Amino acid sequence: MTAIRTQVVPDSGVKTAAPALEPLLSEIHEAGRAGRHVRGSEDADALIPNEFRRRASLDLPEITEPQVVRHFTHLAQLNYAVDTGMYPLGSCTMKYNPKVNDRIAALAGFAEIHPRQDDDTIQGALRLMFELQELLAKLTGMDAATLQPAAGAHAEFTALLVFKAYHSKRGDAARRRRVIVPDTAHGTNPASAAMCGYTVTTVKSDSRGNIDLASLKAALGDDVVGLMLTNPNTLGLFEERLREVCDAVHNAGGLVYGDGANMNALLGVARPGDLGFDCIHINVHKTFSTPHGAGGPGAGPLCVKAKLEPFLPHPRITRDTDGSYRRGPTPPDSIGRVRSFFGNFGVLVRAYTYMRTLGEEGLAEASNDAILAANYLLAQLRDSYDVAFDRPCMHEFVLSASRQRKQGASALDVAKALIDEGFHPPTVYFPLVVPEALMIEPTETEPRETLDAFAAAMVRVAERAKTDPASVKAAPLHAPLARLDEVSAARYPRLRWQRPT
Amino acid sequence: MTNSNPYSPHTDADRAAMLKRVGIKSVDELLTAIPKDALRPKLGLPAGMSEIEVQTHLEALAARNRPAGAGPFFIGGPVQRRYIPAAVPVLALRGEFLTAYTPYQPEVSQGTLQAVFEYQSLLSELLAMDVVNSSMYDGSTAVAEAAFMAVRTTGRKKVVVAREVFYQFRDTLRTYAQGPGLEVREVPTRDLVANAEGAACLIVQHPDSFGALVDVRPIAEAAHAAGGLCVQVTEPHASALLEPPGGLGADIAVGEGQPLGIPMSLGGPHLGIFAAREALVRQMPGRIVGETKDARGTRGFVNTLQTREQHIRREKATSNICTNEALAAITAAAYLALMGPTGLRAAARTGVAKAHALAARLSSVPGCAVALDGPFFDRFQLRTPVPGRDLKHALAKENVLVDDGLHHEERDGIVIQCTEMTSDSDADALVSAVERITAGTRETVAAR
Amino acid sequence: MSTVPNDLRYSKEHEWVRADGDVATIGITHFAQEQLGDVVFVELPEKGSTVRQFSSLGVVESVKAASDLYAPISGEVIERNVKVIEKPELVNSEPYGNGWMIKVRLADKGELNQLLSPTDYRSHIGETAGAGGD
Repeated sequence: MTAIRTQVVPDSGVKTAAPALEPLLSEIHEAGRAGRHVRGSEDADALIPNEFRRRASLDLPEITEPQVVRHFTHLAQLNYAVDTGMYPLGSCTMKYNPKVNDRIAALAGFAEIHPRQDDDTIQGALRLMFELQELLAKLTGMDAATLQPAAGAHAEFTALLVFKAYHSKRGDAARRRRVIVPDTAHGTNPASAAMCGYTVTTVKSDSRGNIDLASLKAALGDDVVGLMLTNPNTLGLFEERLREVCDAVHNAGGLVYGDGANMNALLGVARPGDLGFDCIHINVHKTFSTPHGAGGPGAGPLCVKAKLEPFLPHPRITRDTDGSYRRGPTPPDSIGRVRSFFGNFGVLVRAYTYMRTLGEEGLAEASNDAILAANYLLAQLRDSYDVAFDRPCMHEFVLSASRQRKQGASALDVAKALIDEGFHPPTVYFPLVVPEALMIEPTETEPRETLDAFAAAMVRVAERAKTDPASVKAAPLHAPLARLDEVSAARYPRLRWQRPT
Repeated sequence: MTNSNPYSPHTDADRAAMLKRVGIKSVDELLTAIPKDALRPKLGLPAGMSEIEVQTHLEALAARNRPAGAGPFFIGGPVQRRYIPAAVPVLALRGEFLTAYTPYQPEVSQGTLQAVFEYQSLLSELLAMDVVNSSMYDGSTAVAEAAFMAVRTTGRKKVVVAREVFYQFRDTLRTYAQGPGLEVREVPTRDLVANAEGAACLIVQHPDSFGALVDVRPIAEAAHAAGGLCVQVTEPHASALLEPPGGLGADIAVGEGQPLGIPMSLGGPHLGIFAAREALVRQMPGRIVGETKDARGTRGFVNTLQTREQHIRREKATSNICTNEALAAITAAAYLALMGPTGLRAAARTGVAKAHALAARLSSVPGCAVALDGPFFDRFQLRTPVPGRDLKHALAKENVLVDDGLHHEERDGIVIQCTEMTSDSDADALVSAVERITAGTRETVAAR
Repeated sequence: MSTVPNDLRYSKEHEWVRADGDVATIGITHFAQEQLGDVVFVELPEKGSTVRQFSSLGVVESVKAASDLYAPISGEVIERNVKVIEKPELVNSEPYGNGWMIKVRLADKGELNQLLSPTDYRSHIGETAGAGGD
């Protein structure tokens, strides 16, 4: 008899039976089973010349609708999600995703319109995007916005192409080949720079967790495209000499890119446009509550100062004097399109809905509460874990499990032990500058009792690391699966279902 | 004070207790690093709304858009109006999928990981390709990433793309190419073979943007003979009836996956399909899920081959992609599971049959003719006696939506896309509207 | 403690060389495989290609890290270890034995003098380890 596996309910700590694992679709296939969603006559095959017809077999699974529904329902039950519990994944802003946003995005007037329809037939959608461009520009203190990028990394790449076009217009693009990133940067920053054909110079952090100003100045030169800076940075800290940093880059003829991953700390608190940034992207799936969708979709609108506007991708939405909305003409200096059509419209509808729901005061309150929640958690955990840079944090903070590591339990072990406590673990081993990093972002939508329960769980794990590190290393015991063998997965990749031989 | 954020759980008492625990009187005490003159600016945003107010406001905006179902609709291309089985959104939009993130902790993310593994398996079978990644942003960025991958693999900097590839895909490719400074040469499909020399890849679309069937095999052979790769842009429904990319010699297959149960939503969020031969897997962009076992020997799934990715390889990564379109991949898996091979083929066949019937009827309208020399699939270009753009606008005035020549320099006319959603009455409406409008135009011309 | 055999020469990037006449066998050290953790993938140059001293010759990867391999000496690749490509775990279990990477025909034996002796390599990794590794 197989043992019953258990899992833990977040907050209460109650143990329940873990849901059973599911076979694969191909393993519940039975030839001849099918639904009847669409009928079609085989006569059509005669319209396709023989030499083009499919000769390869098409062994897709045959399953009835009730089975498919149970299959995916069972799979869903194996997931931890914001809808099931606190998800303090640092840098990801796993706040509550309001349901009204989803319902509105699914309205036929939004979900069943085609991007090649004439402007006259999509006036409501164009107006929504126009207003969203304006809302985002106001919120960030920028002059213009493009909604096209599909994600943060996509916006980074877009912005660097815009930088390239800007430098090119000024005649020094050929010389400017180097992008500066701090050592705390997300991996997407250097990867985006490389996709633009640029080399990357990494600048270290100082003892207070800021970008080291002296090192930055030493790295600057007339070959620099710009600086990519996350603020608050990935340590959850606001750059203390931000304007000096931006001035130094500008004095070298470079531009300052704002990675807006941590914008949830700044709504109504400060505008990047007032702080020296030339542009900033918004991860609407973080800041504006659109669901993360198991890894995506998100959307990464890019807001820029006026000097960069001529280079933005097209199409952008404009308002005519008669009050109608149009896809604006392609400006001569535009970098072009960075994807098909307007952007992840269905996601943008959700973000717009959220911004209109909260309004100016609600958005400001959200950031205020997010900052308070992070500092509240930090206060409770400061004694149990090392704090990477101990000064007031913004909406997230980074602990180090170095002490626990010496006791025999690494950051990864702490993360897995939190699963046994019923919580999704924080981000681990990032940023790279903090050994055994645990990056915690509670967001503004977790009640105080949940924050307390999470803190208590973290403290219990720290205690166990001290007294019984082996038990921490053995975690998780209460999850659908024990630790997975990632080594074998990478050594001998099995990347699709294969018929047993 | 009542909350301005309706999703905030904090009462004033909560906030007071939290401030006390932190040892401060106000959050502003935490914000000393922010320049005083920049702190707490007035934004000039509108005030908040109740849920009913916001619902009403957005319903009013939605009502100013003309949804596909509100009349005859023949627009298609990469984004298609397809039938979505009722169970698809019910499953894919479950909160456990919708509100999870990237499965960084596989022990509590098996739902996502297995569903994406199912997607990879289903697409691999459909396209007859060895490896499928867990998604790119859309079809256009999948094309651009395929070109970058070919450049990495071959060490060459020239990419040759057929002019009959969707213009949105070519535009995106050209934009991406500005990054590393690649040469993008656009040639008619028939000239691809002659341009293989020195190219990192030949990019061909089959069926092409006008619906024409393309003989991919000689193009793949020419690419290979010249030491390059063949990238095929394809469509999921077409692959059910046509020999798939893996059988035609493609090294990389890419396409827009939106027709697999994903709403049109004005062009996004959609699904970039990206598949390759096994030998190229280490050069692939994006996440890939693999099968493994847990510590007790039970089967499970993990993100694998992660050293390709930005969070590990940084500037040496195969792509900068992080957030992708995983939910769209899960949606596509649910769609394919529900449709099955029979349903998928039925949907594809219906589009083919309706397109051919409509082509025959429209060809009998004076001055109109199918503008393709050879066989086509489920859309076709129609040469018309008036400029395509004018006809498109005139038809729109009669509530019949079609597309024009899709930004091809040498081709005018309109493009008609059919799917299983195309009804006979829609087809009747299109034919009679085209007859009426073109007849009127001929009379106007004659009167001059 | 890391094993550092006395009959080999070493590079600062943690490759070892075993010279036998004009043929040299190249691999990564015990210390290097320890730092990497479980090796999951090895990419090696084709037979017949040439490698130059201190330039990149391939890649060795663990689940969460990728490291470039650098050629400790120059020469023509006369054999690549197919076994280690098929079973990358050999790099962990037998770094100086079946976990070798390539054999090259030495272009210039004098280059061996530019490599570290076992004693020097031991102090090199002592320093590296003291600095917290990478």
